[in-house]
Amino acid sequence: MFIEQLQQAKSVSVLHNVSRRGFLKAFGISSSALVLGVSLPNLSPLRAAETGDGKVNLFVSIEETGAVNIVCHRSEMGQGIRTSLPQVLADELEADWQQVNVIQGLADARYGSQNTDGSRSIRHFYQTMREMGASAKAMLQQAAANQWGVPVSEVSAKQHRLVHTSGKSLSFGEVASAASQLTAPDVAQLKFKKKSEFNYIGKGLPLVDMQAIQTGATEFGQDVQLPGMLYASIVRAPVIGANVASVDKDAALATAGVVDVFQMPERSFPVGFNSLPGVAVLANNTWAAQQGAKKLGITWTEHDNQSHDSAEFLAQLQERVKTKGKVQRSAGDAYAKIDTAKSKISAAYSVPYLAHAPMEPPAATAVFKDGSVEIWACTQTPQATQNTVAQVLGIEPANVTVHVTLLGGGFGRKSKPDFSVEAAILAKHSGKPVKVVWSREDDIQNSYYHSVSAQHFEAGLGEDGKVQGWVQRAAYPSIGWTFSGSANEPQSWELSLGFGDVPFELADLSCESHQATAHARIGWVRSVCNIQHAFALGSFVDEVAVAAKKSTPEMWMELIGSDRNVDPKEQGFEYANYGDPLEVHPVSTKRLKHCLNDVIKQSGADKPTAENEAWGISVHRSFVSYVAVAAKVRVENNKVTVLEMHSTIDAGTVVNPDRVKAQQEGSMIFGLSIALMGEISFKEGKVQQSNYHDYPVLRINQCPEIVTHIVESEEVPGGVGEPGTPPVAAAITNAIYHASGKRIRDLPVNKHMQV
Amino acid sequence: MITFTLNGKSTQVDAEADMPLLWVIRDLLQMTGTKYGCGLGVCGACTVHMDGQPIRSCATPVSVVAGKSVTTIEGLSKDASHPVQQAWAEHKVPQCGYCQSGQMMSAAALLASNPSPDDAEIDSYMQGNICRCGTYPRIKAAIKSAAKFVEVK
Repeated sequence: MFIEQLQQAKSVSVLHNVSRRGFLKAFGISSSALVLGVSLPNLSPLRAAETGDGKVNLFVSIEETGAVNIVCHRSEMGQGIRTSLPQVLADELEADWQQVNVIQGLADARYGSQNTDGSRSIRHFYQTMREMGASAKAMLQQAAANQWGVPVSEVSAKQHRLVHTSGKSLSFGEVASAASQLTAPDVAQLKFKKKSEFNYIGKGLPLVDMQAIQTGATEFGQDVQLPGMLYASIVRAPVIGANVASVDKDAALATAGVVDVFQMPERSFPVGFNSLPGVAVLANNTWAAQQGAKKLGITWTEHDNQSHDSAEFLAQLQERVKTKGKVQRSAGDAYAKIDTAKSKISAAYSVPYLAHAPMEPPAATAVFKDGSVEIWACTQTPQATQNTVAQVLGIEPANVTVHVTLLGGGFGRKSKPDFSVEAAILAKHSGKPVKVVWSREDDIQNSYYHSVSAQHFEAGLGEDGKVQGWVQRAAYPSIGWTFSGSANEPQSWELSLGFGDVPFELADLSCESHQATAHARIGWVRSVCNIQHAFALGSFVDEVAVAAKKSTPEMWMELIGSDRNVDPKEQGFEYANYGDPLEVHPVSTKRLKHCLNDVIKQSGADKPTAENEAWGISVHRSFVSYVAVAAKVRVENNKVTVLEMHSTIDAGTVVNPDRVKAQQEGSMIFGLSIALMGEISFKEGKVQQSNYHDYPVLRINQCPEIVTHIVESEEVPGGVGEPGTPPVAAAITNAIYHASGKRIRDLPVNKHMQV
Repeated sequence: MITFTLNGKSTQVDAEADMPLLWVIRDLLQMTGTKYGCGLGVCGACTVHMDGQPIRSCATPVSVVAGKSVTTIEGLSKDASHPVQQAWAEHKVPQCGYCQSGQMMSAAALLASNPSPDDAEIDSYMQGNICRCGTYPRIKAAIKSAAKFVEVK
């Protein structure tokens, strides 16, 4: 998401009939008659860089058989987007869902952004999909009107047919060819369906890939098979910045099935999306490649990062945040107010490095032929894959074809195309198709990590029991370092993720940041910096409530204050708002408060509990949606059992409520994994964990009952994939405190208690 | 040459005896419904049945299955009609789907040995199968549905 953080992504779209522009072949559609494309004017140089000439975006095509092909240009990684986006288009088109085929789009700048992260597929393409559907419908109606010689106002579309007021009708397929000769209508003239007329929007349609999943017929990145293909396993530099000093290949080459050993190119900073230095073993099957890789004798060059120890590093950050930092947002004089307060509360919070650990480790297959490369990859970013591979191989992006397979989970890991770069390099070297198969160890030890962080919060309580003065500070290595090699402090777009946009009605506030140098590839993990920011904020509100002898919901309401839209820019903060304008996606305290009140009502979190049990709550806005969480835990003999988790989400208009519910369940379980067990540590610059045994993720026996409430709303759609994660950790640790008196400020919980 | 029965068909493979069954199935026999997740037998994505018992194919040398009968997700039913497969659709269990072959194979083995498991028995049996997307609540509900179907049958 960060490539676009500085850009304003909202654009005005213009529809084109692109039937005759040769797209049919490119997308494997044989006899399409009507094909629609849409242009998004570029509003910034960054967007222009990503979208190329910006000509054509999403499209639908209708075959003479009546089959409707809808391209999904976003990557499917479990959020259900291959179902949800086409269901919007099909609804406006009045298509029969049974006659819809979903076609996965190749990497193509003409689509606009295909960067599937930042919880924005529906947020940014809901309206475009409606326009695509409505436009195609208008053209079909016009074609039918022309054929009948009647005014188009007398023709309506209903369930894959064009119907005249007289009762006569034509199928979509019968007029598709004629419709393709028409000019696409002006977007401003399009008529959209009313909510009451929706057939599919707002319905929990089943996944289009359900049967393939049921029968094992899915194709993920790890599953790609090409004739004559070699399998590659790569041993990568264990310390970021180190390169290969020497390699003894003999034992690897003597391994049965191994055909080649190849030294990957040296690398320097910035690491970006490039491949890592290392040594690749190419073999006839995955097992042989992995066995050969174990037998490589590699020595590595020295690098300063080999002194990186994450425990020592965190201690330095914790020391740093005790002092005043760089002011990012301020109002009044928070320090003076805290100094003169009746009492003062302060607390420090820390979250370790984290890895995504999707069930499918990264994998990419490439073929290099005649100066062009074709790639099949489980990528969240097909265009970044295309561009990075082109750059590394020194060829034009047009000569890089990227097929997007299904993704066995993504969570931000597969936004980084380093694994496709590896496949392309090896394919070019070998002249044969090569599949680079990452092992779980490769994945855990060569991730783009969620940053280790320290935060410090202070507040004063006045004679009246009200909060006066609020200071919050954060220090963590920046994602920016990965791409610049020099950024050494949190960037404003990182602090925009739940820190500088703290929605409190406080006259005296200071939000500050501190420096932190990166010693690993820093990336984004589901909900990004919201993870640490929401943990600290949600915990500190609970601590202030305890100090003020108020209930936690009461303290939230008092701090959030009146119903209003918050603009953090008014207090000097360079606020990114997830790349969207505040006019479209405001920071609404009313919606935030509603979620909190609703989750308490629905869960009964304000009711008494059994002994050793308690509720914890938190609420957070992220990706322009609002989520409140109430969690109930039992603590006995220092062992934590999570009993229930409830959430209320306000994501504006919801396309597929069943998938929203599924995302809430999943993102809360993801958040619970982080809270209870998530920790990557470094010693001597190397990651200490290697697999699910020492980087545990939540298992079914640890999973509580989960209940999701979705706020009925007609607001514009917000994000759904990530907002469920941030409030979980604080809700859990607050519940632990209220059940046991033990306050966890340093994640994960299992460092301090049994889970 | 190692001979075993795979989804009802006699199968011969020319593989190193210590090659895990997973890679034999995926790379040599090119059946990719069975997934790799950890290589240590700790995530369950590679679960298949050997003579009806669930095994982690990533940690099972192919020599172990010589003369045995192996069933993968492709062989659980011809047409997604196994009660577990049906219940998975009914409860809309999958998100990304990657772990679900292993989840369904474990669930099918559970129900074969215990036709009406309670929550604790499901937790105990299924805890070897990780789902990073977090479909656990639906897996549990689906297993209970499938159990009813098995009873009626």
